[in-house]
Amino acid sequence: MSRFTPEEKVKLARHPDRPGTADFIDALFTDFFEQRGDRFCGEDPSILGGIARFHGRPVTVVGHRKGKSLEENLRCNFGMPSPEGYRKAQRLMKQAEKFGRPIITFVDTPGAYPGKEAEERGQGEAIARCLALMSALEVPIISVITGEGGSGGALALAVANRVLMLEHAVYSVLSPEGFASILWKDSSRADEACGVMKLTAQDLRRGGIVQGVLREPEGGAHTDWQAVFRTMDAALTRELAGLEKWKGPALARQRYEMFRAMGQGLPPAGREEP
Amino acid sequence: MNGTFSRRRDRLLTYRAMREGKITSSRRTRCSACGAESPQLEWDRSLQVCPRCGFHAPVGAYYRLSNILDPGSFQELEEKLAPADPLSFPDYPAKLEQLEEATGLKDGAVAALGRIEGRRAVFGVLDSRFLMGSMGTAVGEKITRAAEYADKKRLPLVIFSASGGARMQEGIFSLMQMAKTAAAIQRFQSRGGLYISCFTHPTTGGVTASFASLGDIMLAEPGALIGFAGPRVIEQTIKEQLPEGFQRAEYLLDHGFLDRIVPRSEWRTVLSQLLALHEKGGRP
Ligand SMILES: [Zn+2]
Repeated sequence: MSRFTPEEKVKLARHPDRPGTADFIDALFTDFFEQRGDRFCGEDPSILGGIARFHGRPVTVVGHRKGKSLEENLRCNFGMPSPEGYRKAQRLMKQAEKFGRPIITFVDTPGAYPGKEAEERGQGEAIARCLALMSALEVPIISVITGEGGSGGALALAVANRVLMLEHAVYSVLSPEGFASILWKDSSRADEACGVMKLTAQDLRRGGIVQGVLREPEGGAHTDWQAVFRTMDAALTRELAGLEKWKGPALARQRYEMFRAMGQGLPPAGREEP
Repeated sequence: MNGTFSRRRDRLLTYRAMREGKITSSRRTRCSACGAESPQLEWDRSLQVCPRCGFHAPVGAYYRLSNILDPGSFQELEEKLAPADPLSFPDYPAKLEQLEEATGLKDGAVAALGRIEGRRAVFGVLDSRFLMGSMGTAVGEKITRAAEYADKKRLPLVIFSASGGARMQEGIFSLMQMAKTAAAIQRFQSRGGLYISCFTHPTTGGVTASFASLGDIMLAEPGALIGFAGPRVIEQTIKEQLPEGFQRAEYLLDHGFLDRIVPRSEWRTVLSQLLALHEKGGRP
């Protein structure tokens, strides 16, 4: 299925011209109404979210935003959220449950921001609350890892009933650079880390961590956005239809059990029911 | 089986003797915080808190429990739970074997049923001697089972964290333990369970960003380093030096993330009070 090595996939996943959350929202949703702020102290543009229609149906959509120009990159902190971003995400997702809207998340972040103010305001607590909240929500949640799925900062938006990945996206416990520097005290061995980390969509599908892999155009998502949008649209339509039949408590239970089974030594690969 | 039990019993009895100063030794131990050397006897009497500067040195899980639980009430849960090697990571199984030999632990967490002044609770304790108490699949599974057991038995849950974060050698499977443990805690709490989270030095990364930050009551030992990102990573990112005391328990208390700082000698008293205030496991 793939001619790219894990190192090459990491580069593709980080490609500046890869479609991001804002692009997917523009292309696949109508009536997007952006919701801002965490209602405690701030607004973090590195997480973009709001209400929109997906084929006519109201949904809540949330995702990491890296920004397209240098100015935007800086404003969005290169897609590395602060606690305000995660608390905004919690607010939007709780609201989705209140109004019975399915939740769609797009994951693309190097990780949560390791900054002084982020720590001061409880980065760990903010991520932990996202995980706890998402695990129990009684509406369908679909997450797509579209680019970089970096660490807890990515997982915080990916506790879903169905976790999908674009073909050349990556998802890992830490960036390959961080991994190499922690384990081998040498961040220049990042390429070697890519190989042992099993961070490709194909590896993760086999390990039962993601439930579906979405084909990218030859050469990667940045080469043909329209093709990616068509694939994404079809996948979201299919997964939403599959989850629609489920009642709230059954959705929460399925999500709990799916994550419960991860890493028991028996990965739930091949489990097809939502 | 009997062998394991008697070894554990011996260990607990040794700890008690150490605490009561019955084992004497002329050994002196250097504090890794202030550098001062003090007689081992003084360290033992202070529960491994530096007699000079008050640094709460990291201690093993069994030792910690032996200081907190009613004598004879310790009953280990899930002691056979062993780590997996889901990435077939180079040299990892050998490393695990070596650590098991050195610590008597299969992985970096101990779960137990015990009593404090007669009140039953389920305990989970991370052990930083085992790969920095990092959370791989076995640690995540043990914490999850402790929460599920407490839920089933309608008992309070007390967890002592000490962790460098996710276990790198188990890759993405480690990351998923964050979601798994947070979900188990959420479920336990939503059914009325009381969860007391106790941070000890140091707790960072994926443990801070999952079960450890979700306590109904949040406590920490004095001086404990608590954070998501480690101080070195932050300094490299912001390219400035962090202020003295940054990410320490006292700092978190000031910023609204803890209820109280509890010196090591007071855990029993404080936990006993909290358990009494939530009689019947906190359920109405
Ligand atoms: Zn000292």
